[in-house]
Amino acid sequence: MAKEITAKLVLEDGTVFIGKSFGFEGSVAGEVVFNTSMTGYPESLTDPSFAGQIMVATYPLIGNYGVPEATMVDGLPDFFESDRIQVTALIVSDYSEQYSHWSAKRSLGDWLKEFKIPGLYGIDTRELTKIIREKGAMMGKIVFGNDDPGFHDPNTENLVANVSTDKVITYGNGSTRILLVDCGVKYNIIRHFLKRDTTVIRVPWDYDYSNEKYDGLFISNGPGNPKMCEETIQHLDLSLKQDTPIFGICLGNQLLALASGADTYKLKYGHRSHNQPVLQCGTNKAMVTSQNHGFAIDNKTLSSDWEPFFENLNDGTNEGIRHKTRPVFSVQFHPEASSGPTDSEYLFDDFLKIVRKTKF
Amino acid sequence: MININKVLVLGSGALKIGEAGEFDYSGSQALKALREEGIFTILINPNIATVQTSEGVADKIYFLPVTPFFIEKVIEKERPEGILLSFGGQTALNCGIELFKSGILEKYNIKVLGTPVQSIIDTEDRQIFADNLRKINIKTPRSIAVTTIDDALNASDTLGFPIIVRAAFTLGGQGSGFCYNRDELLKLAGTAFSYSSQILVEESLKGWKEVEYEVVRDCYDNCITVCNMENFDPLGIHTGESIVVAPSQTLTNREYHKLRSLSIEIVRNVGVVGECNVQYALDPNSEDYRVIEVNARLSRSSALASKATGYPLAFVAAKLALGYGLHELKNSVTKTTTAFFEPALDYIVVKIPRWDLNKFIGVSKEIGSSMKSVGEIMAIGRTFEEAIQKGLRMVGQGTHGFVGNHDIEFDDIDQALSEPTDMRIYSIASAFEAGYTVEKIHDLTKIDNWFLVKLKSIYDHMVQLKTLEKIEDISAEMMKATKQKGFSDFQIARFLNEQPGNMHKEMLEVRNYRKSLGVFPYIKQIDTLAAEYPAQTNYLYMTYNGSAHDIIPEKDGKSVIVLGSGAYRIGSSVEFDWCSVNALTTARNEGYRGVMINFNPETVSTDYDTCDRLFFDELSFERTMDIIELEQPKGVIVSTGGQIANNLVMRLHGQNVPILGTAPESIDNAENRHKFSSLLDTLKIDQPRWKELVEIEQIYDFVDEVGFPVLIRPSYVLSGAAMNVVSNRQELDFFLTLAARVSKEYPVVVSEFIQNAKEIEIDAVADKGEVMAYAISEHIEFAGVHSGDATIVFPAQKMYFETSRRIKKISRDIAKALNISGPFNMQFLARDNDIKVIECNLRASRSFPFVSKVLKINLIELATKIMLGIKVEKPSKSAFEMDYVGIKASQFSFSRLQKADPVLGVEMASTGEVGCIGENYYEALLKAMLSVGYRIPEKNILFSSGDTRSKIELLTSAKMLVERGYNLFATKGSAKFLSDNDVPVTTLYWPDEAESPNTLEYLKSRKIDLVINIPKNLSKTELYNDYEIRRAAVDFNIPLITNARLASAFIYAICKLQPEDIAINSWDEY
Repeated sequence: MAKEITAKLVLEDGTVFIGKSFGFEGSVAGEVVFNTSMTGYPESLTDPSFAGQIMVATYPLIGNYGVPEATMVDGLPDFFESDRIQVTALIVSDYSEQYSHWSAKRSLGDWLKEFKIPGLYGIDTRELTKIIREKGAMMGKIVFGNDDPGFHDPNTENLVANVSTDKVITYGNGSTRILLVDCGVKYNIIRHFLKRDTTVIRVPWDYDYSNEKYDGLFISNGPGNPKMCEETIQHLDLSLKQDTPIFGICLGNQLLALASGADTYKLKYGHRSHNQPVLQCGTNKAMVTSQNHGFAIDNKTLSSDWEPFFENLNDGTNEGIRHKTRPVFSVQFHPEASSGPTDSEYLFDDFLKIVRKTKF
Repeated sequence: MININKVLVLGSGALKIGEAGEFDYSGSQALKALREEGIFTILINPNIATVQTSEGVADKIYFLPVTPFFIEKVIEKERPEGILLSFGGQTALNCGIELFKSGILEKYNIKVLGTPVQSIIDTEDRQIFADNLRKINIKTPRSIAVTTIDDALNASDTLGFPIIVRAAFTLGGQGSGFCYNRDELLKLAGTAFSYSSQILVEESLKGWKEVEYEVVRDCYDNCITVCNMENFDPLGIHTGESIVVAPSQTLTNREYHKLRSLSIEIVRNVGVVGECNVQYALDPNSEDYRVIEVNARLSRSSALASKATGYPLAFVAAKLALGYGLHELKNSVTKTTTAFFEPALDYIVVKIPRWDLNKFIGVSKEIGSSMKSVGEIMAIGRTFEEAIQKGLRMVGQGTHGFVGNHDIEFDDIDQALSEPTDMRIYSIASAFEAGYTVEKIHDLTKIDNWFLVKLKSIYDHMVQLKTLEKIEDISAEMMKATKQKGFSDFQIARFLNEQPGNMHKEMLEVRNYRKSLGVFPYIKQIDTLAAEYPAQTNYLYMTYNGSAHDIIPEKDGKSVIVLGSGAYRIGSSVEFDWCSVNALTTARNEGYRGVMINFNPETVSTDYDTCDRLFFDELSFERTMDIIELEQPKGVIVSTGGQIANNLVMRLHGQNVPILGTAPESIDNAENRHKFSSLLDTLKIDQPRWKELVEIEQIYDFVDEVGFPVLIRPSYVLSGAAMNVVSNRQELDFFLTLAARVSKEYPVVVSEFIQNAKEIEIDAVADKGEVMAYAISEHIEFAGVHSGDATIVFPAQKMYFETSRRIKKISRDIAKALNISGPFNMQFLARDNDIKVIECNLRASRSFPFVSKVLKINLIELATKIMLGIKVEKPSKSAFEMDYVGIKASQFSFSRLQKADPVLGVEMASTGEVGCIGENYYEALLKAMLSVGYRIPEKNILFSSGDTRSKIELLTSAKMLVERGYNLFATKGSAKFLSDNDVPVTTLYWPDEAESPNTLEYLKSRKIDLVINIPKNLSKTELYNDYEIRRAAVDFNIPLITNARLASAFIYAICKLQPEDIAINSWDEY
């Protein structure tokens, strides 16, 4: 047996797991979160919403189909949700160094090493998940040898500022102009807009877009506590006073709520999976959605102009809001999927229909 | 919600290849769902051994054939408002379509609940289905029908090579094959056109991945895919014949969700309300795909998906059929979250088919596009290596995992890899042994490299273990890694002992050493959401890929562990599931915690609702002990799970495990041939003379002593097959050279074989040696037909009173001598009043559900109470008070087993059974025979009736048939015999005679409605001609009877009764 390098995963409650390294060998700290999806690790690992987090895959067999090449399509790397791996570290149970897929160009381990991201396997990820789910937010660190990085709560920093673009980038040349406020946008959101005859103007999270020309405003997903994004909320507050159609996803949903005067709170059990059931309020229409969030909108704090749009069928929490009279709505889940189910993709069509109706 | 109060549910009848226990599970779930809504349920299913036909599952149960004729009769009587068609396999679905087309459903104003019939019809017709999918831009395999070679070439230009050529309208694939270029196509098309005027040129999907989705849709158009599965064996091998994993392992997110979305689109397009299975071929080199099959009903795959995920598909589908939305139902594992969700697995499951091809003469071992397997297992682990090795042990064919198996050799490894048989997985191990690379194996098998790499890692690990000298050289880390790759203690012991002595002892040494290193398996829960929320679930498995238990058993002595019966196989199937479920239910009703260990996804006993805790895991000594050590139960019930559980008794007893019921030593005294024989001698009970012999010469000497025929049982043959009766020296020589290895290590048991003897069975329950209840039944066939294939009558109708008295006495004596507490079964030979014991099992037998239901005394409930030490009263009822008759008939699946000789002998060949009740013997027999696929012949009957004795036996029957207006046909000898006895008959030439009218010609043109072909003797060295007749009967779907006594009973029944005379009575009306 080849001698493997081992490292410790230490949780803030003192629990220690010993794993074997398959990524970069360096100590790191962050919030430990889990993800119960059974496929889509290249997408999840590059999802900026996971910034600052040590991701635990509950599905035990990871790395099976390797990692594809980042071929650029429309200025975006195919198969990936951003330009780099966003997680702080990855924890799995059984890792496949030998992979098999026509699209694969390298192993997951090699990819992690390239971005200097540690990865551990041989850990009971089910047991680990049971521990962290009870804690709400559990800090943890990966310790190689004696190099103890100490605990670090990424939620105390402005993660959105770290993952957002630092300049304005324009994609595509479609007839409808979408201004996309990047709080850590997943590239598949941009791809979805581009597929629908739009020009996407991607701007930094704190960018004052009041002088930009656009037909519809989009607020992206992103990591961490929504209350850290004060600038975005302020800009949104102004936009809400106009008639611009607005669509938000995930963090965008929470920011819109905060801008409207509602409040958000930390969930006891965060939603981190591909199998989250949501129901459109007042209908029998249900969908399976991809989600990754620890905060939610408090329905009780919604002002009278607003109403819940979707609800989670498991725990009844808010999954989206909409303005009762204006063309503004947002959802907590990820209609862009990638990774995950594509049931709610139609929301992009719905939004653009509204935008185009308003425009013409 | 649909307002409906009375619903008819169709079962699937006897278990057969392609339609097995999964439909007992789905039907039971549907009935549970309906009854929960207060709906009155009526079930038609002649499969008396099922759980769904038990008291309290349906309100009314009809043990009648699942055919349109009988369904209409039941409808006429019961007037249900609704009907469920999708829970009884293809049998129920086909009946539903026929009843719909013939207007019966409309006539009686019956609403089809769930997916509309028209939708089902549209998916069953391949062309309509492909056209519908094309309309919504979904791809199906491209196929072009041509009538000229030029058009075939044009078609190949359109499709691109490789292609498949199929001759239309031929049987058995004549003129079909693959072509890789124009030359090959020219050649093959030429041949194909000699068979048929039209050929199909189709694109080849050989080597593509095969992937399935289980989709659910409600009436609000909400859809979920509960599970996806990937076949280990690429396209070309039927999914029922493939090793399958769930979830898919080699699909990217994009592939997974592309196919998922397509599945939902298809299911919406079809209009399914309930459950649907969609199968795809996926290009291993791109994201290209084809839809290859859609089943708009519950299926084997849906049962597997239910067990793989914990999502009760059949239960939910039944609720959806009543008009519920998915979001209005609860997840029955978590009880708090919604049923509208897609389970997240945090483990991998591997399904492996169980074949019993060794049981059949002449059948090809190759596996391919049609199903031959008789059962399946599901293994759960947290690595592929762990799951596959567990699974290969579970299959129960004597292997210990992927490696470490003796006696598996391949003459030609390349062929074994590229032309798959039931043993292909082991040829991969042999290939590694022979130095083949993963790439080379992939080239020959097209199995995805990911699977092969994992298998290679098992092989490599074994090599590493073999370098160690002794057990103590294994470090704790190495031991853990070994167990994480699914190696059993037995395998480890085998690798470290060059010269194996007592394997059980050596395995125990490994076990103890492993425990001293602190390497233990952990209990994990299946909770449908990968620990995202807390869930109270009792659905468990064990793994070494973990570091903590999900649950800690109470160890309060209130647990009763019931060992299940494992994979369905010939000789052990749904009847033991019924026994296990009843043992569990009884234990729970008596206040104990019912703990089940079993791994067969087709069963009700592995439904987590039937027990307090379900360990979906191995029934090996090792795993059973692991669980027992954690549970510390009051005791273990080994007598309701058939032979697997029974075989564990002495080893468990060796570890001081409390065995409930009959003492392990007694079980051993009955199981051990020598001990049992001397017990019989002591009790002065007669038995056929037998000897265990280790030299050929001794066999000849013994045969000289007892005379022919003799029954020979060699011990060197996997799974105990190749038992045979030989009638003369020539056959004996032939048999011994062919099948047997005779040595001290592999002795041969030779027994005297008594001809023309009645076979009688007793199923009984005793308490501390006193018989408390019993059921005596008799076989219609004379001894020589395996009891699992025989047609059984209960209560026995044609037995001397004296015989019955003696059998009771012998049973009482044996029960007393062995101090039996629990179920037991004995088999006897009776000729005149001379009784010999041929078998004794101190466990429940195959016929327990049948006799329990006919007698209306649940013998397993009684036995379980006794095993738990509860004082029971003797039931007051006796078989003499019954004014009706039960008959159990066997179901054969020869039509699925190409080339197999459909003849009955001492080896069991049936895959299932039915049990029907009638007011008299003939009515019960007719119901039972019609239930296993016999039809009342229209007019023409072929006789080919073996030896003189059978000819005489059938003479009266032949006369009756003629009186009834039937036309008789016969082969030469039989025809002469019949004419000599004044029976008008037409002579048909034998198959090997080139003259007309020929038997084969008559069979092929279906001019014959019933074939009675009696083999000339009991040996299997049959003449070509007889085989041809029997095989043609099977291939052209003509009812075949190969036993003279059964034939004459059946002919009596059809001459005495018309279908209209058959009483349509439910179970409770008897």
